[in-house]
Amino acid sequence: MNPASSHAQMGIDALRAITTPLADFRIMPFGPEALDARLASGGMRAGALHEATALTCSLVDDAAATLFLAGIAAREARLASAPVLWVSCRNDLYAPGLEQAGLGSADVIHAHPSDDAALLGVVEDAVRDGTPAAVFAEASKVSMVATRRLQLAAAEADIPVLLLRRHRGRDRDPLADPSAAWTRWRVASAPSERLGVAGVGRPRWLVELARQRGGEGFSLIVEGCDATGRLAVPAVPRHRTAETAGSVRRAAA
Amino acid sequence: MRELGRRSETRGHPFKRMASSVAPEEMRDAPKVMAAPLALIGKLGRRDEIVAACPAARALGIHVGMAATHARALVSDLDFRVAEPEADAALLDRLALFGIRRWSPVVAVSPPDGIWLDLTGAAHLHGGEARFCQRLHAFCRRAGFTARLAIAETPGAAHALARYGREDIVIIPHGGVLKALSPLPVAALRLEGGALAAARKFGFETIADLLPVARGPLARRLGLATIGRLDQALGGKAEPITPREDVVIPAVERRLLEPIGTAEAIAQVMHDLLKDLAEVLQRRGLGARSLRLCALRIDGGEQVVAIGTSRPTREVPHLLRLLKLRIERIDPGMGLEQFRLLAPHTEPLDAENLGAILAGESTVRDPARLVDVVAGRIGPGAVFRIAPVESYVPERAVRLISPIETTGSWPAWQRPVRLFTRPEPLRRVMALLPDQPPRRFEWRGRSYTVVAGDGPERIHGEWWRRNAEVWAVRDYYRVEDETGGRYWVFRRGDGVAGETGDLSWWMHGVFA
Repeated sequence: MNPASSHAQMGIDALRAITTPLADFRIMPFGPEALDARLASGGMRAGALHEATALTCSLVDDAAATLFLAGIAAREARLASAPVLWVSCRNDLYAPGLEQAGLGSADVIHAHPSDDAALLGVVEDAVRDGTPAAVFAEASKVSMVATRRLQLAAAEADIPVLLLRRHRGRDRDPLADPSAAWTRWRVASAPSERLGVAGVGRPRWLVELARQRGGEGFSLIVEGCDATGRLAVPAVPRHRTAETAGSVRRAAA
Repeated sequence: MRELGRRSETRGHPFKRMASSVAPEEMRDAPKVMAAPLALIGKLGRRDEIVAACPAARALGIHVGMAATHARALVSDLDFRVAEPEADAALLDRLALFGIRRWSPVVAVSPPDGIWLDLTGAAHLHGGEARFCQRLHAFCRRAGFTARLAIAETPGAAHALARYGREDIVIIPHGGVLKALSPLPVAALRLEGGALAAARKFGFETIADLLPVARGPLARRLGLATIGRLDQALGGKAEPITPREDVVIPAVERRLLEPIGTAEAIAQVMHDLLKDLAEVLQRRGLGARSLRLCALRIDGGEQVVAIGTSRPTREVPHLLRLLKLRIERIDPGMGLEQFRLLAPHTEPLDAENLGAILAGESTVRDPARLVDVVAGRIGPGAVFRIAPVESYVPERAVRLISPIETTGSWPAWQRPVRLFTRPEPLRRVMALLPDQPPRRFEWRGRSYTVVAGDGPERIHGEWWRRNAEVWAVRDYYRVEDETGGRYWVFRRGDGVAGETGDLSWWMHGVFA
């Protein structure tokens, strides 16, 4: 190797070091290698805003997105041994179901503001207070400015803010609005593995990472939260790939 | 005077009653407003009795302890009212509180009708004992009370002399207790009913009768409590007065040179006031549960804002943040010139045991501060925890509790994450009876084909609640459709017995 090329190589390395984001923040790994390896810096950033939405506006996909974020919050709550603040204007959440994703009734404090504006205020106050292990929020209309505020507050307090963006219309993608979120996910429920006997297997979700800072998007089929909020990746891939499954659902919706 | 006495009723000895009766002088002292004779009726056991009578009524022959019907028969136009012991006690308590603020720091209520004032070291402030008694007596007459006062070395002696002494104002000099008490009846010693009856049986009429008797036999006859009371009255045994506490609300105040109106200036005043209040609370070992800020405008109007906390605290930054949320509710008008911060509700807040934390045990972070912050913004009713209720009926298994309380957990049955408040009906359901999940159904205008199902989970109605639930049964199934949606559906009825339900199908929730 001639010195010129080695010199160029060093320059490229230096440039790479500058452009790659500094990973000096806390990471929340999912656990399964297949999922963590595809995220930049090996997991989700703890002090950041993460958004998820249902792939379609159906209720089952909404439930899957809810539990996807609940699992993240449950793992964080266990780690920090602090409660999770659950801010939502809806009242159809069923706490026993939430407990089966790892968020028992002792781990959650619910707040029920009257509208989205109050909701964002509550979330920001709670993050700046620093007590909760994570803040889960459920809103439909969040402006770019609001997401930026939440992202800054979360980074400062090192607390994850998990924002579930609800569908506002049948064919309006909530992720079409700009946002300062660190990661943006689309989640849908997927057919579970057929068991040899009659019955429903462990739930499976189609998880699609629409955007992440410093990395590529992907889509993957995962197995739903267990009692501690951990995801798993199915051992045997199905006949169709995850990507096709996603696009087929999108096309049908 | 002749009375129509019933045989069951004890009648006092006529001459004795003359001796202790309070006729002419009190009649003159009594305020003139009480024109009609008045008597109060109370329930003693199962009979209505006269519990109090005004001097005019007593002059008509009504006496305490008389049956109410008897009194009504004697004087038909007597003004009878129902006695209210609680209201009397409250009034007495207020008087005691007044006494603490005006007369002496140690004041206690001696139920049912007396007040103890410890005058030690306080009498000279009121011009000596005699002058103080006269002033107090005059005060009570002006307030509409008939008062009898006694000053003695022991509370027991004062108690006895105030109730059984000859004059309205009795002042016993040092060393005169024995002489003053001797002629009083035994009842003056605050004895129990049994001891009084025994004393009457043994012929002890006055306290002087008790004094020469040897203490051992006296205790055997009248009980040890009597000896104790006698010693307390004569000063042989200490009887401390537990004073009524005068709770002072911690308050701090700031008066400003110039009226202010901006939010920043108000926040600064809040900060200063909170620092002062925190010192006050720290000295008294208290934490605030609620704060009230009163701001006085220059036009005389008052602006009041209040906050509450879920745990006692005196942390200035936290309280300041809660107070700042209320600034927008203050209308400064032309300017605010005086601020007053009160803590109406306080609770003890002392040092905590750090043993568990120092030993390295992890403790769950206290959510109280977070709860205050959120409740300050959206109201305390909108922050809650969801706690389990012991019920198998899904919609009854949860209830909302305070976010500070701890909770239990639910049984590990599969439950959806979203539950509909009202189950939604399914149409065109194809299912095998009695216990198969549906094969297909129609819901919200779409048809679903079921590829897998779990169940049934049979839930019986709670028969103790309603008649309609006595036989009711719901069979819950967890079904999955071909696109992967998992639903919680149920059928009313067990599919065998008709009275358990009409076999209609309902959607109750969605799984993830």
